[in-house]
Amino acid sequence: MPLIDLANPTRFLRLVERLLPWLAGAVTLVIAIGIYQAFFVAPDDYQQGATVKIMFIHVPSAWLSMFGWAVMSIAALGTLVWRHPLADVTAKVAAPIGAAFTFICLATGSLWGRPMWGTYWVWDARLTSVLVLFLMYLGVILVWRTVEDPSRAARAAAILTLVGAINLPIIKFSVDWWNTLHQPASVFRISGPSIHPALLFPLAIMAIGFVLLYVTLLLAAIRTEILRRRLRILQLMQAESATSSRS
Amino acid sequence: MRALAALIARDMRFALRVGGGALVALLFFLTVVTLTPFALGPDLALLARIGPAILWLGALLSSLLALDRLLSVDHDDGSLDLILMAETPLELALAAKAIAHWLTTGLPLVVAAPVLGLFLNLDFSASAAVLLTLLAGTPALTFIGLIGAALTVALRRGGLLLSVLVLPLTIPVLIFGVAASNAAIVGPMPFGAPFTILCALTLISFVVGPFAAAAAIKSGLE
Repeated sequence: MPLIDLANPTRFLRLVERLLPWLAGAVTLVIAIGIYQAFFVAPDDYQQGATVKIMFIHVPSAWLSMFGWAVMSIAALGTLVWRHPLADVTAKVAAPIGAAFTFICLATGSLWGRPMWGTYWVWDARLTSVLVLFLMYLGVILVWRTVEDPSRAARAAAILTLVGAINLPIIKFSVDWWNTLHQPASVFRISGPSIHPALLFPLAIMAIGFVLLYVTLLLAAIRTEILRRRLRILQLMQAESATSSRS
Repeated sequence: MRALAALIARDMRFALRVGGGALVALLFFLTVVTLTPFALGPDLALLARIGPAILWLGALLSSLLALDRLLSVDHDDGSLDLILMAETPLELALAAKAIAHWLTTGLPLVVAAPVLGLFLNLDFSASAAVLLTLLAGTPALTFIGLIGAALTVALRRGGLLLSVLVLPLTIPVLIFGVAASNAAIVGPMPFGAPFTILCALTLISFVVGPFAAAAAIKSGLE
């Protein structure tokens, strides 16, 4: 089956129906292994103690919060260039999922900051740019919730998403310039990760688990949204036939 | 070119005549700056220290307040449809409208800033720094706001949605505007670095703003 066939919503739905149970099983398994590794195998940090366990949730959510915007941007291109309904649906359901991961990142970071920095919130560069990212997710969700006509909302949200994709690196750069006190990136560096391998291994498993979780949630939400749109069209047709038969 | 000049002249005439909104933003700016000492207390040393930040915030909010009129008036009376159908590319026409809007609402804010700086106990060099950074930065606010105005016109929902969508995008302009003003007043950073980045942000907004706004309008009005 060529990949282009998946652009047909019905074929896509059939594939999703077949994939979802397997994906859900894989998510449960990988995250269970990851949590076991994180809590019972990985050592405590010599400075931070047991609070370092928060990292295994915090860091994968932070990665996914950015990955979520990338997914929305690709879907936005699909909306604007090909006018494809599946791209509209993906962009719509990706926004709340991305916002949720961003919120988890903010909340766990805040809980981690309390014992480490002595405060729930500091106006540090990385925290601030994640907060701005969260605000922009909420803005996109708001556009979807303001406009009734789905295809009109899709194009407006797509433009906002792409403007955001251009702006987010600029915001990140300016906020970095504005203030920094957070530790710099310690996993993806040219000289190799500076984090200890005993902590890196469970983190990698949790990251894989979170990506799988994201994909599963996204596919399930796309399926729900396609069904919801079909229901809406059926209701519209029913209402139309009811009014025409009465007149 | 002549069409664009005519569009700019027309928009400026509308903004300055009765029913135009040119002075509302200016009055709002004055009111915000007047309110600040009531919230912070009349401590002149404190006001002098945070004065540039207050002026920048006030200018940001004032220019946001005026954005609603940038496209919605033309949309209501149908002239936006004529602009859309004209030979002049929509991107250029929107850029011309944004320039006219900046000349009638942004520029007065810039000129008023040093006068309001007197209220906030800013000395001459501080006022000059704020004036210069606002002059470089407020066009970016208008051109970023153009995207929000186009989106809300296309969605037929104005007002609050516009502010929520536009404000996060203006954060870099605010950061570098205030940073450059403060650098000129207290240092220790040189004024040049943040100021040139501010100018760069304005130039980027000149490019991104009209194209994104035109795409939004084309998608919304078809």
